Amino acid sequence: MSKSKTISSYLLVSPYLAHILVFVLFPVGFSLFLSFHEWNIISPMEYVGLSNYEMLLQDQYFLKSLRNTLVFLGIHIPLQISIALGLAVILNQQIWFRAFFRGAFFMPVVVSGVVVTILWQQLYGYEMGSINMLLMSMGLEKVGWLTDPSWAMPSIAIMATWKNVGLYIILFLVGLQSVPKSLYEASALEGATGWQQFWHITLPVINPTMIMVMILSTIGGFSLFIEPYVMTGGGPLNSTLSSVLYIYKQGFFYYHMGYAATLGLVLALIILLVVFIQRTVIENKQP
Amino acid sequence: MKKLLFYLLLSLFAFAFLYPFLWMVSASLSEERSITHVTLWPVSFTLDHYIKLFQSIPISGAFLNSIFVATLVTFGVLVFSSMAGYALARHRFKGRNLLFYFLLFTMTLPFQLTLIPNYILMVQFGWTNSFAALIIPGLLNAFAILLFRQHFLSIPQDLIDAARIDGCNELRILFQVLWPVSVPTLITVGIITFMTTWNDVLWPIIVIREEKLMTMPQLVTLFAVGGRSMGQIGMKLASATLLAMPIIIAYLIFQKHFIQSMAASGQKE
Repeated sequence: MSKSKTISSYLLVSPYLAHILVFVLFPVGFSLFLSFHEWNIISPMEYVGLSNYEMLLQDQYFLKSLRNTLVFLGIHIPLQISIALGLAVILNQQIWFRAFFRGAFFMPVVVSGVVVTILWQQLYGYEMGSINMLLMSMGLEKVGWLTDPSWAMPSIAIMATWKNVGLYIILFLVGLQSVPKSLYEASALEGATGWQQFWHITLPVINPTMIMVMILSTIGGFSLFIEPYVMTGGGPLNSTLSSVLYIYKQGFFYYHMGYAATLGLVLALIILLVVFIQRTVIENKQP
Repeated sequence: MKKLLFYLLLSLFAFAFLYPFLWMVSASLSEERSITHVTLWPVSFTLDHYIKLFQSIPISGAFLNSIFVATLVTFGVLVFSSMAGYALARHRFKGRNLLFYFLLFTMTLPFQLTLIPNYILMVQFGWTNSFAALIIPGLLNAFAILLFRQHFLSIPQDLIDAARIDGCNELRILFQVLWPVSVPTLITVGIITFMTTWNDVLWPIIVIREEKLMTMPQLVTLFAVGGRSMGQIGMKLASATLLAMPIIIAYLIFQKHFIQSMAASGQKE
């Protein structure tokens, strides 16, 4: 190994090193430092010990935002997985216009969340929204999709499913294509039904995809921001206050930088923990 | 019989995925009072909402800002991430494995962790209200490096050796020998980066307050949330339509690439 080549190696990675030092390593350390301080950016920083953490443990809004995330995930993940897997299984067969269907399902994925949110805000409208109009034409009651506290978060979860499901269809399709055809043929000879094949052959093989979809959806759920920001502002009665929206409010409405950093830090730890649990639990369940 | 059921189900879902977009476009072209009657075609065609929109917010400027920011970020990511990816894949140097594991580790860090400190960094650098805040933090990303590394691992050593014998330096090898044989990876990284940058809202909202510097999604968001749309559904939908158009057009042209790229981006977990 020549010396000049070693130098060139370091030169090649130097932008990355500089970037990660400034925008990842330093911020991680600084956020820990900030969590022991109170600071509104303008006046001098004040050391407050653990009081940010004490405040966080009793913070009704933060707990509420976590509960809201749970509500979101409780609806979003099962909905997402069942629709995505169902459509992927259908698309994996000999189907005409397959490219068209796949393309249609994927359309919301590429569009900005802002577009989807503005659009669905109208569809969810109480008096004039298309969805309530449809319900009424079927003789059903109107629903306060975004105005009823018990419906608002589920409504956002449904919208998020609509936005993302196309991506997960593609991921499941990739997974399904890795199922060996010979397995189906062999089991069919032994008289296995379609359902039995699905449960005992397809599902185990696409288990890694399932974990991936679950983890990506979970991270997405903890990252909700633009949806409540545009649609509800976190309301009604804080029922759609997401964790990121709450951090944003603490940081950029009240300029509680120390507390906002503490929230971000704790939230990040919670996300890492949840993802870790999902990964180990599901992987151990594998037959 | 089963097939028929499948087609019915697929068509139903396809309708549910496409109808809202069609409704959005047609409602944005209808008079305010008739928007709710709209089915698929505008009931009373008008360009009013678009005209008023252009008069009330600098949306064409925001469009250019978004193009500028997303293009520079994409270019930066392609150059810098391929450099790091190349070194990690084909060079032997002290600390390489450490750097690689570190890369994998940073990928798992949630953005919530660094949001506030990065904002403070922007304030300290004096970058708030400037394109620097939108561009420089995005110039590199771990996932792109990983994709490049993976791709460069598969390139035959002969190709690199031949270039070295010809006296090429490492940068020339990367950009003149490896890039031309890496077009699919370049496209994948390019599409993902351009799309995420184009669609990002949270970061711009935090670091940009001056209207003439805003990106398009930011401007449209603040317009929809703030009082200036005056509750006019038509104008909101017009702004959303304009925001969606460039990406949808790009998607319709490069559909296959979009789907492949996004499928690759899902693999990162």
